[in-house]
Amino acid sequence: MNKNKNWIDQRFPLTKVWNEHLAEYYTPRNFNFWYFFGSLALLVLVLQLVTGIFLTMHYKPDTATAFASVEYIMRDVNWGWLIRYMHSTGASAFFIVIYLHMYRGLLYGSYKAPRELIWILGMVIYIALMAEAFMGYVLPWGQMSYWGAQVIISLFGSIPFIGPDLLIWILGDYAVGDPALNRFFSLHVIALPLILVVLVFLHIVALHTVGSNNPDGVEIKENKDEGGIPKDGIPFHPYYTVKDIVGVVVFLMLFSAVLFYAPALNGYFLEAANFVEANPLKTPEHIAPLWYLTPFYTILRAIPPILGSQFPGVLAMFAALLILVALPWLDRSKVKSIRYRSWPYKVALGVFVLSFVFLGWLGMKPVISPEWYVSLAGSIGMEIETALYLILARFFSFCYFGFFVFMPWFTSIGQTKQVPSRLTE
Amino acid sequence: MSEQEIDLKRRRLLTGATSVVGAIGVGGVAWPFLSSWSPSARAKAAGAPIDVDISKLENGQLVRVLWRKKPVWIFKRDEQTISNLSALEGELDDPNGTGNSKTQQPPYITESHRSIRPEVAVIVGVCTHLGCSPTYRPEVGAADLGGERWKGGFYCPCHGSKFDLAGRVYSGAPAPTNLVIPPYSFISDTLIRVGVQPDAA
Repeated sequence: MNKNKNWIDQRFPLTKVWNEHLAEYYTPRNFNFWYFFGSLALLVLVLQLVTGIFLTMHYKPDTATAFASVEYIMRDVNWGWLIRYMHSTGASAFFIVIYLHMYRGLLYGSYKAPRELIWILGMVIYIALMAEAFMGYVLPWGQMSYWGAQVIISLFGSIPFIGPDLLIWILGDYAVGDPALNRFFSLHVIALPLILVVLVFLHIVALHTVGSNNPDGVEIKENKDEGGIPKDGIPFHPYYTVKDIVGVVVFLMLFSAVLFYAPALNGYFLEAANFVEANPLKTPEHIAPLWYLTPFYTILRAIPPILGSQFPGVLAMFAALLILVALPWLDRSKVKSIRYRSWPYKVALGVFVLSFVFLGWLGMKPVISPEWYVSLAGSIGMEIETALYLILARFFSFCYFGFFVFMPWFTSIGQTKQVPSRLTE
Repeated sequence: MSEQEIDLKRRRLLTGATSVVGAIGVGGVAWPFLSSWSPSARAKAAGAPIDVDISKLENGQLVRVLWRKKPVWIFKRDEQTISNLSALEGELDDPNGTGNSKTQQPPYITESHRSIRPEVAVIVGVCTHLGCSPTYRPEVGAADLGGERWKGGFYCPCHGSKFDLAGRVYSGAPAPTNLVIPPYSFISDTLIRVGVQPDAA
């Protein structure tokens, strides 16, 4: 066995990579629940790649046969229904995992120097992932696939001056149709997956260059023993490989429960409208993107048309996404982890999370006032000028942006706690 | 942290047990993916048996049907043709189907005419060399196929393999084995079902 290992090592840095990145890669010893989601994201990526590969063997990217090919997979291909549900459940699982992964970053200041590039790469992955998910959703060519595509792509048409031509260029036609479906298929199956895999690789390389942050926000590399090994560090393998396996098992249990017993999750993972084939002549009653895109959709709808253009709304939506990239520079606190932050920060973070959740919820609803509000207004003789949901969307959008815009201020005020020099547990 | 004695036996047991359960899990996950490559319900439906009516079939006439995407020949042989078959044995590679061509026909096909009824032939029309479909050359004494010695059969245009009217391959041909006899049965005197074996086999 050793002879074979040496033969490879003389030609390929196998043992070197194993040591540098696993067996002798020192990670903080206090990783908690929030540190499962990076490896889980990797797991879901692999899951999506494998199930996607097998779905591509039976799917037909042609408007005339796409919908039928999905039904073929569901009904005729051996275990096709399972592979399809794994892919659709996996897509939503991917975003649950990613949102929790990002939240850990917010909690412990993992985006702060010297880890800004890890954060930036992560944000690029996030944006690529949303594009990937959006295009994947078009492929079944159901009602929601078609009309969701119509709505989102027409946003590009609202860009001043170049919009209408850009729209035709993106679609390869005058409306969403076969050319759009075919190019989305190619982008979804090969272009974006390749980009995602490369980005994830870069993300991990950037992480390993600096070393992981931890729940105390204390740099373990500042305290090394005589051998140069961080005193608060433990080798990733076997400690965190084993811990991550536990995380994987629990995740798979929850994933399987949804996969086998509720894959459509009442319309949240697979929307009802998409079980009907695309019909360019009939718009479904209610168009909404899947749950993981809804917060940004709400922000888009919150901004009214200005000077007859929907473009300001589009700008606001992209701004909401891109402002996350600026986080390392907006945060002026010397303290990384929430454990030692001032209470103004904790309040701000709480407001941000609540806003994001509410924005997500609002994005799944039509822009109306609910029944109870209408009757309440009627009973006190008030006229409703703006729908309640629109008022709420604007309020929470303000809170969302406020988190970033006011961050230089609230991260500079208030009393932070004393950060320890060594890890606390 | 205190220094503990590492119980290697226990560690090995735990690692081993986890690995075994993990391997079972991996197998369980892999199975559906591998199985998805097997013919789907649609493919199996398309490969269903096909019924052929031979009431109007004349001697020497050959009918081609598509079964499982392959051509299947059904044709009638008269008394003379059937008796000619035994005379050819010397020129054939495996006249009795006991040599290389053992697996080319179902077990209930044992006679030299390679059919359930000697006067009706049912043969898969795919050359056993590389898959072309041979042409039907029933004319006895065809000059380009050996003159006097040619008693009728099939000639594959791709690489020159020759088969007799029971689908048996001539020696010296590139094709290694006799033509395949598909499963088939007589539903009635004039109705053949290609794809289903006869009940009393």
